[in-house]
Amino acid sequence: MLASVTHILPLTNIRRTRVLSIPGRVTVRQGQKVSAADVIAQANLPARHLLLDIRRGLGGIKANAAEKAIVRQEGDKLTKGDVIAESGGMFSRIVRAPVDGEIVTINAGQVLLRVQSTGLELKAGLSGIVAEILPDLGAVIEANGALVQGVWGNGRIDSGLLLVLAKSPEEELTRVRIDVSMRGAVVLAGYCITADALHAAAELPLRGLILSSLASELTPVASKLNYPILVLDGFGQIPMNESAYKLLSTSEKRDASVNATLNPKTGERPEVVIPLPSVGQSTPETDYFTANQMVRIQGEPYQGKIGKIIQVRQGLATLPNGIRALAADVQLDSDTRVVVPLANLDVLE
Amino acid sequence: MTSLVDAESVLAIDVGSVNTRALLFDVVDGQYHFIASGVAASTAGAPFRDISEGVHNALIRLQEGTGRIFSTNEARLILPSRSDGAGVDRLVMTFSAGDELNFVTVGLLSDVSLQSAQRLAGSIYGRVVESLGLNDRRKAEVQLDAIIQARPDVVIVAGGTERGATRSVYKLVELIGLACKVMPKENRPVVLYCGNSVLAKRVKETLEREVVVGIAPNIRPSIDQEDLSPAASMLARAAAKIRMRQVAGFETLSSLSSVPLTPGAYATGRMIRFLSEVFDHSKGILGVDLGASSTVIATGLAGALQLNAYRPLGMGEGLSGVLQGAGLEEISRWVSYDLPESAIRDYLFQKSLRPGMLPMTPETLAIEHAAARYILRIAMQRTLERWPNLSLAFDRIFLSGAVLGQAPSPAQSMLIALDGLQPVGMSIFLLDPYGLTQAMGAIAANNSVLPVQVLDSGAYLNLGSVIVPLSDARPGATVLKIRIAYEQGGQEQVEIKQGTLVSLPIRNGQVAQLNIDTVGGTVLDPARPRQRNYKIIGGICGVVVDTRGRPISLPQDAARRRETLQHWAHILEERRLV
Repeated sequence: MLASVTHILPLTNIRRTRVLSIPGRVTVRQGQKVSAADVIAQANLPARHLLLDIRRGLGGIKANAAEKAIVRQEGDKLTKGDVIAESGGMFSRIVRAPVDGEIVTINAGQVLLRVQSTGLELKAGLSGIVAEILPDLGAVIEANGALVQGVWGNGRIDSGLLLVLAKSPEEELTRVRIDVSMRGAVVLAGYCITADALHAAAELPLRGLILSSLASELTPVASKLNYPILVLDGFGQIPMNESAYKLLSTSEKRDASVNATLNPKTGERPEVVIPLPSVGQSTPETDYFTANQMVRIQGEPYQGKIGKIIQVRQGLATLPNGIRALAADVQLDSDTRVVVPLANLDVLE
Repeated sequence: MTSLVDAESVLAIDVGSVNTRALLFDVVDGQYHFIASGVAASTAGAPFRDISEGVHNALIRLQEGTGRIFSTNEARLILPSRSDGAGVDRLVMTFSAGDELNFVTVGLLSDVSLQSAQRLAGSIYGRVVESLGLNDRRKAEVQLDAIIQARPDVVIVAGGTERGATRSVYKLVELIGLACKVMPKENRPVVLYCGNSVLAKRVKETLEREVVVGIAPNIRPSIDQEDLSPAASMLARAAAKIRMRQVAGFETLSSLSSVPLTPGAYATGRMIRFLSEVFDHSKGILGVDLGASSTVIATGLAGALQLNAYRPLGMGEGLSGVLQGAGLEEISRWVSYDLPESAIRDYLFQKSLRPGMLPMTPETLAIEHAAARYILRIAMQRTLERWPNLSLAFDRIFLSGAVLGQAPSPAQSMLIALDGLQPVGMSIFLLDPYGLTQAMGAIAANNSVLPVQVLDSGAYLNLGSVIVPLSDARPGATVLKIRIAYEQGGQEQVEIKQGTLVSLPIRNGQVAQLNIDTVGGTVLDPARPRQRNYKIIGGICGVVVDTRGRPISLPQDAARRRETLQHWAHILEERRLV
């Protein structure tokens, strides 16, 4: 069965394709070094239009007469007060641009003016090198380093020095644990169940917060905060998985990029990248379940636990609650072997 | 494409948002039977965005289950079948995977053409993101911006009865044209015009320079007449084309298919309409498909269909919307274990991000079943809002969806459906454990023999009959007196009290004649108010009488509520095990 893969790797080659949702302008060049929060492409989103009825503006004339009176063309950029149409004659009537804008189209005696546009910025998402330019859309960013992927993020991107606040995988993050020495850092913490702790981190501010788990009721709060918040293992009070904790807690004081974007449609997953000078090998995004794979379990009662597949069962296995599913025997430690549906396993690669 | 009628084996592939299913039908002893299914993870989403891998894996599972070969070493489907038995004769394909479609609906009056346009949009996986009508007081440029920002996949334009308004409709069409012109070419929607037919040619000429335009017969030919079917068929084809453009693999496989690629909701609707023609014309058929991202409620009465696809609303990513508002509290009330609300929310939130995850403990199973009840409840409430005259007395109720089909016990599936749908009168509950309904709906497009024969073959589990009388009696008062005469001999009498869930002493497969007396103004079945005698065949859960009232009211006290839920589950489970 096809397995979803989660990367928790000390050294790998990472290539990420970063593209705008609409065509725009790429602002970096191939080979350029970028940080996670650097803007690599920009686009303008049309935000508002004005429909100017020239027929009415010139005193109720017919559409073809109105079109003849229009002295501008599609694509013309106008400033407030510029003449758009003029009837001529002794008592000439004039229609002027009421605001700055650009003529999008002229149709049946009406002029459609684009009067305002908001900018859309695309960030690099990780610190690395621009490996490839995708004209009008974005770029491929490449880096070598440690990679840790999570299950949820609040959509923000930034980078900073990694500080280890959680002295063990099962610590709770509270406001009192956060102090001014952490300003501008990416902080590795445990689980968080209070909004107060998230706000305290925003007040400094932090450049990133890596949590083992978050109370799901806090996701709306986290989504509104301006620094990246990345959840590694799930929701509630779940200790951090040992592999991720070991890798991140031994990387203190290194630069860490946090891309807390989760977009199942594009396949983007929240991830932490710690750039390293060595060159790593790239790893696949999907795999098939086989014996001896290291896996992480999703769902109670083993949420976030890591183990090794002893065997993938033939046929359906019956779980303690009576559900029948394709499953594997997973060794959690020397004494504990459990049966877990394949649908609840992430292969760690 | 070729006819299915002469075919022997039929392979149906359904690409869902979580699973891809390969379903094999073949002729055994001169009758069509469902043979086996192969299920694999769907690969329609990232990182694949190509259904081929998921389809290939599902076919391998089917090969393992049947010992038959369906694809070549190069992973090509063998079609038609070979003399050595490898391959299949016909292929049909359905889908529910992929991004939801965004609709803009345009009409004149909000309770006439615009309402019909909304109902039409509701028949496909998508949501109405913007709506324009005569009563819209916004300036034209504000409406224009709203259309552009909605980024619609499909614009449905209705309005004007036959020989009715044209000018107001055309004005709205012009606005749509202008909006489309402003959009980047690659983002422009398909426009489906289904308004006053007098305007059809002019609308096409106006819009076809900017967008693809489909013209369907007027969905509201007169104020009191609605006909969605032709437009729904065109909309289903448009949705399939959009999906083929978005996700690789659909186009290649569909080119081998005997019928066009069909949205699963539309196929379910077709099957329910078909069944409503086959069964009793005086009572309706209800079809329910509780999926990961969407829920389909289809009702059919003597060939007239009311089809509703709600998305996002389901047991996977569709849970995210459910947790907003009062959803969590309502779900918590249906959990039969003492669990904090935060634990229920955390589990369901995680499930929304990882839709394929299965419950591993009795507690998490109870959470999922509680969520399923709530989703069915709100899907039915939305259906009643959309179709206020809908009767909740159904002849048969067909249940599809993984949470129902994979429940450890059929009694659990039945109780989830009974608590969630809350039908009235006498109904037979049938479970579709293999997800056949969509496939048979697609096949029924040009083979009406296969669905009937597969239904007769017992591919659906008869969960049992349910009797839900309506009564204002106080709890504990007698509302029904039932005499059971068993076909093989013997009789029993049972008194049913208000506020109870009772399983009658009728075993699975046992045939009995029921004579039912109502007490104190109790209505046995609003669709057949005079009928008192029923010949009945016990299902897996026997025959159930539900006098818990409508809507079902749960005890306020949490401990008593959990006890009540466990008691109801025990009643149905006990009969199943007899």
